[in-house]
Amino acid sequence: MAHIQLNDLRKSYAGQEVIHGITMNIANGEFVVIVGPSGCGKSTLLRMVAGLEGITGGTISIGDRVVNDLEPRQRDIAMVFQNYALYPHMSVRENMAYGLKIAKMPAAEIEARVAKAAAMLELEPYLDRKPRALSGGQRQRVAMGRALVREPAAFLLDEPLSNLDAKLRVQMRLQIKDLHQTTGQTMLYVTHDQVEAMTLADRLIVMNKGVAEQIATPQEVYMTPASEFVAGFIGSPAMNIFTVQVQGGEAMLPGGHRLPIAGLPARPEVRLGLRPEDMEVVGEDVPGIPVVLRSVEWLGADAFGYGTIEGSDVPMTLRLPGATAAARGQRLRVAPVEGRWHLFAPDTGKRL
Amino acid sequence: MRRTVFPHKLLPWLLLAPQLAITLIFFYWPAAQAFRQSVLREDPFGLSSTFVGLANFRKVLNDPAYLNALQVTVIFSVLVAFFAMAIALFLAVQVEKIIRGKGFYRTLMIWPYAVAPAIAGMLWLFMFNPSFGTLAWPLRQMGINWNPLLDGDQAMALVVAAATWKQISYNFLFFVAGLQAIPKSLLEAAAIDGATKRRAFWTIVFPLLTPTTFFLLVVNTVYALFDTFGIIHAVTSGGPGKATETLVYKVYNDGFVNLIMGDSAAQSVILMVIVIALTAFQFRFIEKRVHYG
Repeated sequence: MAHIQLNDLRKSYAGQEVIHGITMNIANGEFVVIVGPSGCGKSTLLRMVAGLEGITGGTISIGDRVVNDLEPRQRDIAMVFQNYALYPHMSVRENMAYGLKIAKMPAAEIEARVAKAAAMLELEPYLDRKPRALSGGQRQRVAMGRALVREPAAFLLDEPLSNLDAKLRVQMRLQIKDLHQTTGQTMLYVTHDQVEAMTLADRLIVMNKGVAEQIATPQEVYMTPASEFVAGFIGSPAMNIFTVQVQGGEAMLPGGHRLPIAGLPARPEVRLGLRPEDMEVVGEDVPGIPVVLRSVEWLGADAFGYGTIEGSDVPMTLRLPGATAAARGQRLRVAPVEGRWHLFAPDTGKRL
Repeated sequence: MRRTVFPHKLLPWLLLAPQLAITLIFFYWPAAQAFRQSVLREDPFGLSSTFVGLANFRKVLNDPAYLNALQVTVIFSVLVAFFAMAIALFLAVQVEKIIRGKGFYRTLMIWPYAVAPAIAGMLWLFMFNPSFGTLAWPLRQMGINWNPLLDGDQAMALVVAAATWKQISYNFLFFVAGLQAIPKSLLEAAAIDGATKRRAFWTIVFPLLTPTTFFLLVVNTVYALFDTFGIIHAVTSGGPGKATETLVYKVYNDGFVNLIMGDSAAQSVILMVIVIALTAFQFRFIEKRVHYG
């Protein structure tokens, strides 16, 4: 177990920089999730920590060692791959013992560690099977087990659940969370799935185009997104973000509606972000946003209304109570819950 | 497997006909002829033949020259199959490591396969000719008394080298394909598990290549036993003495040079039995150790 330090980490391919300087301290035992859309560099970042990709600039330390020039095998890390990368010609037992055998651990100790991991992951009945005789979920657990037995300084997981079906994914997600709590391992976890990111992480790195847009706890990321990108990426359905004019301390919405917003900056234009769940239906006499519904999706406990701001074509998503009578074509007047709005600079996208 | 049903009963046979005709004319018919010939004895002028039962076989198997050919064949085949596969695997692994110009190297590696066996033989013959060979001179400079025309072991080394060189391309192609089929993430996982490159090769790559290796073992054995006739004929003609006379070369020599058809036919029947037995053995015993993905 160890802490990991990334210091102005950079990566270029053929002169093209793809990771633009990431700095972060991961505490011992912390669960950090790297989340972002595909192509944002999150897997590259993880593979740099693992030593599978070279480092163009900056440093990575694991424990108190700078590992920039160390081979993966010298870094004392374990990794779970998206496709599990189980050795197809070895049994589950051999797969898990492979790294320990290389480390020249005594056979009895290997046996004990494999047995312990197998018990923890409920793999005991399958120890003598080959990976091809296992289901997706079992393979995933073997991959976890192979990492677990090594008792490494840090655990790296590269989209470990993305090849599983939805139900199994939820189950394994809980199991990984439990595993982290029982072992207290430092974990670095890559995913594009925001539910995994929000539920697993102690802290998140939200990445976009090779830049860490925000490094914070899931609560902070949700409540105070650092940029328009983070605001739009985290949260489902996505936050409504649109440009408003600032006029006399009030926001002038598309379609000519006025909305009083506290703390508007002294600039002519600002991007206003409103989460669907942070708005409530209000009466006609209260300042608000009139929305014309295009369709309503009923999900049981609640419903999502999709429409546009009246008098404009700016889309607006609303979260409505499950008992709503709202229907297509209807006009609703909504207002944001006090303080639950987000303001971003139109040019940089940064939070104001 | 999906079954395609032809609307017509005759069409499938028609489509198979060319291949069947070739197999019948060039394989079954000569094989049957060999069987027939092997129990006959022909008079010196080839005008009549008499049935002699297994006498030809008895004669061949008691002939010291035949047993010599058998020994030569075993040595030759084992060396050719081993070196052709080992060198091809080494080269395939090396080419996989190249980042720029991979295709260029691959193409170069495959070219020797396009060279006809007799031409390949002549190439090696010229290069290592004791009096004017380009490579014979440096060998002599190194203090080796190089003369494959007189030294049987040197002659053997030369035909083994030529036959191996010719087969490396073929094996190389299959090993490259085999290597490409191994997911990169397995090697990454091994690297993280602490394996050195060498260890990962022997514990991950090599076991996963066994289907390819096994296939090539069968093909190379058959190649060394049969297809090397052209090279041996061009390089040494079985000499010096009978130092490089393999079974297949002796079949040719006895049948078409010495015109002892009965002996030659008996030998080819024995050769056929050996190859069938060897291939069956390989499938029965070695295939057990093959890991099919």
